[in-house]
Amino acid sequence: MRRALESKRGRFSLVVLALFVFVAIFGSLLAPDDPNASSTDVLAGPSSAHLLGTTEVGSDVLSQLLVGARVSIVVGFSAAVISAVLGAAVGLVGGYFGGLTDRVLDAFENWFLVIPQLPLMVVLARLLNPSLSVLILVIGLTSWAGTGRVVRSQVLTLKERAFVERARALGASDWHIIRRHIFPNALPLIFANTVLIVAVAILAEAGLSFLGLGDPTHISWGTMLENGFDAGAPSAGAWWYIVPPGLCITVLVFAIGLLGYVFEQKVNPRLGERI
Amino acid sequence: MSFRWLVGKAGAALLTLIFVLVFNFFLFRVMGDPTAQLARLPRATPQEIVQLRHAYGLDKPLLGQFVDYVGDTARLDLGISQRTRRPVWSEIGDALPWTLLLIGTGTLLATIVGTWLGIVAATRRGSRTDDGLLGFSLFTYAAPEYWIGLILILILAVALPIFPAGLQVTPGKEFSSWFAHAADVAEHLVLPAIALTLVLLGQYFVIMRSSMVDVLTEDFITVKRATGLPWHRVVRRHAVPNALLPLVTLSAIQFGYVMGGLITIETIFSWPGLGLLEFDAINSKDFPVLQGAFLVFAVAVITLNLLADVLYFFLDPRVQTA
Repeated sequence: MRRALESKRGRFSLVVLALFVFVAIFGSLLAPDDPNASSTDVLAGPSSAHLLGTTEVGSDVLSQLLVGARVSIVVGFSAAVISAVLGAAVGLVGGYFGGLTDRVLDAFENWFLVIPQLPLMVVLARLLNPSLSVLILVIGLTSWAGTGRVVRSQVLTLKERAFVERARALGASDWHIIRRHIFPNALPLIFANTVLIVAVAILAEAGLSFLGLGDPTHISWGTMLENGFDAGAPSAGAWWYIVPPGLCITVLVFAIGLLGYVFEQKVNPRLGERI
Repeated sequence: MSFRWLVGKAGAALLTLIFVLVFNFFLFRVMGDPTAQLARLPRATPQEIVQLRHAYGLDKPLLGQFVDYVGDTARLDLGISQRTRRPVWSEIGDALPWTLLLIGTGTLLATIVGTWLGIVAATRRGSRTDDGLLGFSLFTYAAPEYWIGLILILILAVALPIFPAGLQVTPGKEFSSWFAHAADVAEHLVLPAIALTLVLLGQYFVIMRSSMVDVLTEDFITVKRATGLPWHRVVRRHAVPNALLPLVTLSAIQFGYVMGGLITIETIFSWPGLGLLEFDAINSKDFPVLQGAFLVFAVAVITLNLLADVLYFFLDPRVQTA
């Protein structure tokens, strides 16, 4: 964190991220209106009563936008945690033990890397019933392979290092070596990768929600775009309904992606050499 | 020549394909499809359910069912769509040409524009143009592709009604010639193709830029410059052809990503390809179509990855001696 603050890009993305997290926590208090309240003011443009206009049932777009931040942040971070745990576990075990275990895990990883993620998520989300926890699970379960791959190659170099050899010579168990020597050294890399997964997960949540696979009981930026599209907001020229949710997704993903990029440059030795 | 490397790649692709078949089988036969079928008949008597299970082969042992499934798939018998009652393979066959037209156009445009911008940025590294292009490509990476599409509709179809906002051809229109028909389709293709191009552009740009930067710092470029060759010829004749290599792999790897983007882009533009087919299947819980479309997506990605490896084998001599 401290090192990320050293760069201008890192500071910028942390400020943006903090702003979005703040809205995610206090969004419902900040909202000027009940985001679900309908009125006869249907698809009306921005006015003093509704700063960002109204939806197809006359709800306040700004209120929905503020409340919707929560789903993006919660799903994004929770799915990334699942993905980090899975990726780290597979990478650590495969990389450390090698042999058949590694080959089986590697084949598994390859499969997840090759299979197109959105169609896979769509299939899984459709078979289960849409809810926030299903979204988190589906996104987390389909996005860990990249982390697994990176952690594995890091572990492969770590386990040849002198301090690991020394621990082994002193009779330390495999579990002890992984926990006390390998894992702490791989942690920065896992962290940097996970930040990038948060961005991927936020995009995935929005995409699935846009396709009608979101949680119908929660307002999110993806469901706003879905409702707006279904109600014909683009052909009605209702830009106030379409532009804000997409822009929020873009700015948030942009900031998180930039943050992950900054972290990655700090921790990935291969990238470090080239800069 | 290390053909073993090539054989290894082909073996890995085959293994992934088997994985896909097993996964598809378990997900839909064991978890999804049969229960969904039977739940649609709440008043079915126990005998009828037994008959149904027999008709679908669900009373066979699991391995037998799997063998049946692989056989059916090999014969392109992917079942019947629950929504349209047509064979899934005919639905896919009808949609495929439209998807290929869209992907082909989008990929071609993204390759040309992305490569060109990558060369521009790499030769002016650190300049304001370079920074601007990098920022733009990060923006298109962060923006959801369907949102970009919706913005295109708002600007180029509604505010300035230049292009049609949806469908592949003007409905009900009679065309005097083949050419008029093609022109109408091309007009409808513009917006979805631009949307897809913008989605892909960022990746092509970033890869081409870093590949060019790598090549431009290599010794042989310095040697060429020392021989007194003009700079633009060094770039065009020597740097660019070498920097293009990573793009071959990229186009294949990107394909999986493109497939994902297709679902939403085709949906918002009502473009009747595989993506729209998948979207309709999602909404009507049409599991046979979902299963079939997923299989086609997966097979396409696996095949293209293998193709990229084969191409690389012949394009980059370093692989053959490795």
